[in-house]
Amino acid sequence: MKKLGKVISALMASVLVASALVGCTDAASTETSDSQAQTQPAQETESSSDNGATFKIGAIGPLTGGAAAYGNAVCNAAELAVEDINAAGGINGYQVEYSKEDDELNAEKSVNAYNTLKDWGMQILVGSTTSACSIAVSEYTKADNMFQLTPSGSAVDCVKYDNVFRVCFSDPNQGIASAQYISDHNLATKVGIIYDSSDVYSTGIYQKFVDESAGKNYEIVSQEAFTADNATDFSVQLQKAKDAGADLVFLPIYYQAASLILTQANTMGYAPTFFGVDGMDGILTVENFDTKLAEGVMLLTPFAADATDDLTVNFVKKYEEKYGETPNQFAADAYDAVFIIKQAIEAKNATPDMSISDLGDALKGAMTEIEASGLTSSKMTWDASGEPNKEPKAVVIKDGAYVSAE
Amino acid sequence: MSFLTYLINGLSLGSIYAIIALGYTMVYGIAKMLNFAHGDFIMVGCYIIFSVSAALGGNSVVGIILAVILCTLLGITTEFVAYRPLRGAASPLAVLITAIGVSYFLENVALLIFGADIKSFTSVIKWEGLSFAGGQLRIQGVTVVTIAVSVVILIALQLFINKTKQGQAMLAVAEDKGAATLMGINVNKTIMLTFAIGSSLAAVAGALLCSAYPSLSPYTGAMPGIKAFVAAVLGGIGSIPGAMIGGLVLGIVEILSKTYISSQLSDAIVFGILVVVLLVKPTGILGKVIQEKV
Amino acid sequence: MKINKITKNNLITYGIVVAAFVLFTVLASTGNLSSHMKGLLIPMTYYAVIAVALNLCVGILGELSIGHCGFMCIGAFTSAFFSKATAEILPSGIRFFLAFLIGIAFAALFGFLIGIPVLRLKGDYLAIVTLAFGEIIKNIINAFYIGIDKSGIHFSLKNAMELGLDEGGEVIVNGAMGITGTPHDSTFTIGIIVLLISLFVVLNLINSRDGRAIMAIRDNYIAAESTGINVTGYKMMAFTISAAIAGAAGVLFSHNITTLTATSQYFGYNASIMILVYVVLGGIGNIRGSVIAACILYLLPELLRGFSNYRMLIYSIVLIVMMIVNWSPKIIEWRKRTLGRFGFKKNSGKEIA
Repeated sequence: MKKLGKVISALMASVLVASALVGCTDAASTETSDSQAQTQPAQETESSSDNGATFKIGAIGPLTGGAAAYGNAVCNAAELAVEDINAAGGINGYQVEYSKEDDELNAEKSVNAYNTLKDWGMQILVGSTTSACSIAVSEYTKADNMFQLTPSGSAVDCVKYDNVFRVCFSDPNQGIASAQYISDHNLATKVGIIYDSSDVYSTGIYQKFVDESAGKNYEIVSQEAFTADNATDFSVQLQKAKDAGADLVFLPIYYQAASLILTQANTMGYAPTFFGVDGMDGILTVENFDTKLAEGVMLLTPFAADATDDLTVNFVKKYEEKYGETPNQFAADAYDAVFIIKQAIEAKNATPDMSISDLGDALKGAMTEIEASGLTSSKMTWDASGEPNKEPKAVVIKDGAYVSAE
Repeated sequence: MSFLTYLINGLSLGSIYAIIALGYTMVYGIAKMLNFAHGDFIMVGCYIIFSVSAALGGNSVVGIILAVILCTLLGITTEFVAYRPLRGAASPLAVLITAIGVSYFLENVALLIFGADIKSFTSVIKWEGLSFAGGQLRIQGVTVVTIAVSVVILIALQLFINKTKQGQAMLAVAEDKGAATLMGINVNKTIMLTFAIGSSLAAVAGALLCSAYPSLSPYTGAMPGIKAFVAAVLGGIGSIPGAMIGGLVLGIVEILSKTYISSQLSDAIVFGILVVVLLVKPTGILGKVIQEKV
Repeated sequence: MKINKITKNNLITYGIVVAAFVLFTVLASTGNLSSHMKGLLIPMTYYAVIAVALNLCVGILGELSIGHCGFMCIGAFTSAFFSKATAEILPSGIRFFLAFLIGIAFAALFGFLIGIPVLRLKGDYLAIVTLAFGEIIKNIINAFYIGIDKSGIHFSLKNAMELGLDEGGEVIVNGAMGITGTPHDSTFTIGIIVLLISLFVVLNLINSRDGRAIMAIRDNYIAAESTGINVTGYKMMAFTISAAIAGAAGVLFSHNITTLTATSQYFGYNASIMILVYVVLGGIGNIRGSVIAACILYLLPELLRGFSNYRMLIYSIVLIVMMIVNWSPKIIEWRKRTLGRFGFKKNSGKEIA
């Protein structure tokens, strides 16, 4: 009997492997025929996929699994940006093609996603959505010298290579800005912190915040962690902050956990000022969330979905129509990322027939020269390190909406 | 005083684990299979309540009733389609893997229907709770209700299993499927009944889980499911009072270790205690020791 | 020269691996392999390695472990720590070799230490304790901070600030941020070599006197004990070897991806269960099956990328159907009957537990 099983599994194996190979060669051949059909006669570039008449932009993020909310936000918004660009005539007259791949929040799968996109002919990468994945992928974009712009990879190491830039603030940057802001505005005398010790983003901000808090006009009275596997009950962390007399609780975490923390603090009758960072954006759009609970929450975020400038209003409207959800800050970063790429391409008059590496060099150069304006800031510039220079905006939640805290 | 506060918090968390563990242990003890999809049944139940309440403008009673019915049907269907064909397979692991497949399936269906973003669940318990010592000590309404419901379920299950014919049949099936068949028990029917009861309990547990911790996503059930499994093992596999005790112990230990040792290492401590308990009592707190014969 | 059946069977297993290696290398060097496939080759080797390791534990020793990725985690972290710390001092070849020794040694050590309490338990209780240890390892590594500066190695279980590093000191293991910048040393060739060595170790163990003792314990430990077999000793031996091989998979893992974090998607119980899926689908106790199943099941979600949002859904359905087709007694019976008519010879119960 087992023999039959083996025969079957061997058969299945060979079928699969064969289909894989066929699939690949298929993809490769259609690609080349595509590009040959569409473009000017034989060009002397190393890679056959570079000489299509369109720019090919790819995006990577967790589209399934626990972090799917972030990946979908990034990939949807990037898609929307590409559609907007194409509708307005493309980049320098060239249309843009777009493709997204799932990485399940797994660095290894993120590299697989990158390779899949490369086979598809990707020339510029928007991604990966999350820090660890972005770092892993940057190893490969570096080798290919492909231009990579991560909308939301905030760990320091994400931009350690010269071909990688980011749209969002770095983690340390947010920790410093938060500490500065709390101290400058005399928001608190005693600060409690609740952070996710299993998360790169949260630990990164937390560490810098604690460093930066030395010598400030407040004192950190409680530092409590939770982990991804233990992110339902926050009674202990809140109780400790309460017992220590914290009048401000710093939450360098994402809005999902934050919404639970706010609910539980309310049940406990504990009402300090809650202070969040950009991951907190999105809390008002959680379906069925009682926004009264978030009253008075402050956060440093570059994007607010209910801002009244035309750009934001348009973006939010289109996004809601298309995907049925209100865009969060991840979406805004990704939307900006695509337009930043457009601006960089235009600055250098780059064309789709350039090789990946030439395009990468051109865009690298362009990034330090351009000054972009988008959803997340009206003025963004970059230096060669890949870090953006933009001002964090502090907002406070009043009557279920963001209001500038200044 | 603060110790009491933490103890009550532990009780709140433990009561949730306990009510999930009751459903888990039901299936686990009788069908002798680890239903990894149990946590996802809970998630399905929550989404049903959420959608129905939203459609009816906040009435959760209809939602809960519908959730119980639909989860029962889901349990029966899953058992029939995915688990029954593997009964009597050469290795008990086969059905375990299928359960994992079912779990992925349910999570991904929910992901496609409801999207990945969390939804905030409106508590089905409107009651504020009990208050002692001038408001210094508070027990949430949902905690009281959860414990009450768990006790009711516990007693009902005990009576059902020990006093009714079907219950006795379940015990017989749990003991020895072959012998049960010889005694004229319809094993398939009995196991289907077990799944029906277990899944309906999942819907009830889901309502209470999301009332206590009102965040709903396609992966809401996964971690509580595993914790409930741990609770069931801690209490002794197949023992219904054991599941309840295991759940409460797990919740209290988790909260106290977060409080007094480290909030970073609480997972490790909780699992460490599980290891220690099992080493001292290798069949859990209330588990039976089965003497092996040659 | 006459080759006996077992040797022949083993040679077929090695042959398949070598043939796959040659096939893919040729395809890659002639440019017929997409970047996507090329990127999948190394992960396939280490998932095959850990599937072999787990099959030794589940299929041969007969103890269900759902925390095997914990050993992979230990192998990954210790070796990555070593590689990162010595990245400037040692040439890559020697460094990677030493990293293997270190990763394997630590995984084996932990396998031994964890085996002492775990193997006293039975059945589901044993399984849950392996799950517990897997989660404990993951949780503790997430709270680990190790840094190096001029005055030596600093260590903390709280946060990076507590290390108190000098100027110019470097945090190597940074809690949840794990280890970044591990040198990219894993290659397909090395992966295949490790897989072949693991297969060699496991297949030889199975066909040795020790292996027969281990399987006797699995089949009936009371009978085994009464014939004078040292039950505890053999169980420990199999478990430790299994952990060591899982550690080797971890070394390959950490030197393939430059960011290493101890999160559930790599080392949690979910990941361990995925490996168990490979083992069960490949056939419990069937080592060759594990290798093949690991490759197929790792490839499957990747090949389904074209279905975008539906791919994990399809994957789950395929998983359920494959399990039922392969394991359902009724379907096996039916296959026997239909194929029996065509004169298929059956030799059942050979590899199966």
